[in-house]
Amino acid sequence: MLLDDLINPTQSDELLDEFAKREIRRAMLAAVAIPGYQVPFGSREMPVARGWGSGGLQITLAVVHDDDVVKVIDQGDDDGVNAVNLRRLVTTSTGADQTSVAAEASVIQSRHRIPEDGLDEESILVLQVPVPEPLRGVERDMRELARMHAEADYSRMWVSLYEDKVRNGVITQTTGYPCLVNERYVVATTPIPRWDIPRLHESPFLTLFGAGREKRIYAIPPRTKVEPLTFDDVPFEVEDADGASCAMCKSSDAFLVSLPNSDVWMCSDTDWCRRTREANA
Amino acid sequence: MTTEVEYGRYPVARLAVPEWMLKVERLGRVYGPFDDAVIASTGPEVGSSKSALNGAVVAAWDVSFEVAAGEALGLVGESGSGKTTVLRCLAGDVAPSRGEARLRTAAGDVSMFELDPSARRRLRIDTLAVVYQDPAEGLKLNISAGGNIAEPLTAAGWRNFGNIRNRASELLTRTEVPINRMDDLVRGFSGGMKQRVQIAKALANSPSVVLFDEPTTGLDASVAAGVLDLIRSLLEEHRIAAIVVSHDFAVIEMLTSRCLVMQHGRVVENALTDQLLEDPHHPYTQRLVAAARS
Repeated sequence: MLLDDLINPTQSDELLDEFAKREIRRAMLAAVAIPGYQVPFGSREMPVARGWGSGGLQITLAVVHDDDVVKVIDQGDDDGVNAVNLRRLVTTSTGADQTSVAAEASVIQSRHRIPEDGLDEESILVLQVPVPEPLRGVERDMRELARMHAEADYSRMWVSLYEDKVRNGVITQTTGYPCLVNERYVVATTPIPRWDIPRLHESPFLTLFGAGREKRIYAIPPRTKVEPLTFDDVPFEVEDADGASCAMCKSSDAFLVSLPNSDVWMCSDTDWCRRTREANA
Repeated sequence: MTTEVEYGRYPVARLAVPEWMLKVERLGRVYGPFDDAVIASTGPEVGSSKSALNGAVVAAWDVSFEVAAGEALGLVGESGSGKTTVLRCLAGDVAPSRGEARLRTAAGDVSMFELDPSARRRLRIDTLAVVYQDPAEGLKLNISAGGNIAEPLTAAGWRNFGNIRNRASELLTRTEVPINRMDDLVRGFSGGMKQRVQIAKALANSPSVVLFDEPTTGLDASVAAGVLDLIRSLLEEHRIAAIVVSHDFAVIEMLTSRCLVMQHGRVVENALTDQLLEDPHHPYTQRLVAAARS
């Protein structure tokens, strides 16, 4: 791209202009170069409200080309209202194709889940992050937070895990479990549940975290060490569905969610559930 | 073995001069611009620590002392005399304007004021601890007593939940906090118990130097006596080099063997504690002692 094109942009259907894309890509490069470090970026106004996936949307729009295939899920569901609208926004403004099958997608934007299967070296996982700061619960002063990250001073985070264990007997934190990335920075893994955390460790795919409201981007590059913070004698555990299986596809080895006020469990990843049923039939 | 040591104004027989653990030289802290004339325009002779020349406040100037392992040094003076400023400079909460503080650690001597802020904070984890007058400054009130002690332990690299629990209960037992209160929020503790938890936290990583800033000022007399007893036995037990800041001679008499008397930011008298109480030389010290004894 020539400087002249940047200065005199032609009108297009795209939501982000070239200046914005460039700035977001630079922030992403910095984030990949320093795994787990929260890079500030100039979060743009999007046609969705902040807090509704605007950070993930900006990352997706900055990485997607018209030859990409996009999958968007909300709580593991391709047909959630928010997922449908975001996917339509991305595909119509960039010309990219859409899919619900993770293996076919090159960019997967998600709130809450990593698809059960199908991610490989070619995939980019974009997560919509509500609260990017893992230490927000223990400290409010931004300067103090910056210092704690700079000095890798995470003792207060450990104290909060200690308190959780003392008060409840088990670690109760579900989404956003704090993890040490590349043996350096602690990140919030919001919005994904504990179930998906082991899958971030040494993963083949690139994970980009975007927080539009908090104006931060951070990343876990492929093949990066991701360790959940746990005490030596308190092993890290994923969610337990008490041996239940999916009411539709009978799977018991996927992340299951229960319907409200019932014992009925279902796969959280709806596309995986559909494919399992088709394979069983 | 005894040696003659020139101390104060007459020689005192003492055991062999102990090696210092913390050595402070010509420490000064001035709020505002200053030069020699500004410094000279303040002090006990002038009767103020605020300069008439430019309004700068000389909170502390030319404070020198050393403390050995197992020894407690008192810093006495009325409020505003600069004793807490000295302590806060040593703790790293306030930057000194001048001077040097050398601390003896396992890895050799370090000059505390030359360390960068992060190295300075690491020192606070396992080498130099502070017990503040206000427990809210040294503790997080909305977490449990055990959690407060877990903080310095995890900062020092402890990662075993069982070991942290054991160490915390050991410390709380030692500081006479009922062990069944270990998992209660510190917010709900009485003043004396908060102070005991703060002492337990300070001792978590067995520091070689502990700074006490008016450790019993907020407590009523009987509780204060208990806390003082505890501090005294801990100092002996762990061979800690301690600095005790107080305006209360009862505290100083009970804990310290030597003390400095400060007035308007300067040290006006430096003597053994019992000698100071029996035979104060400086007129200001005489007034202080008289006030405390009446």
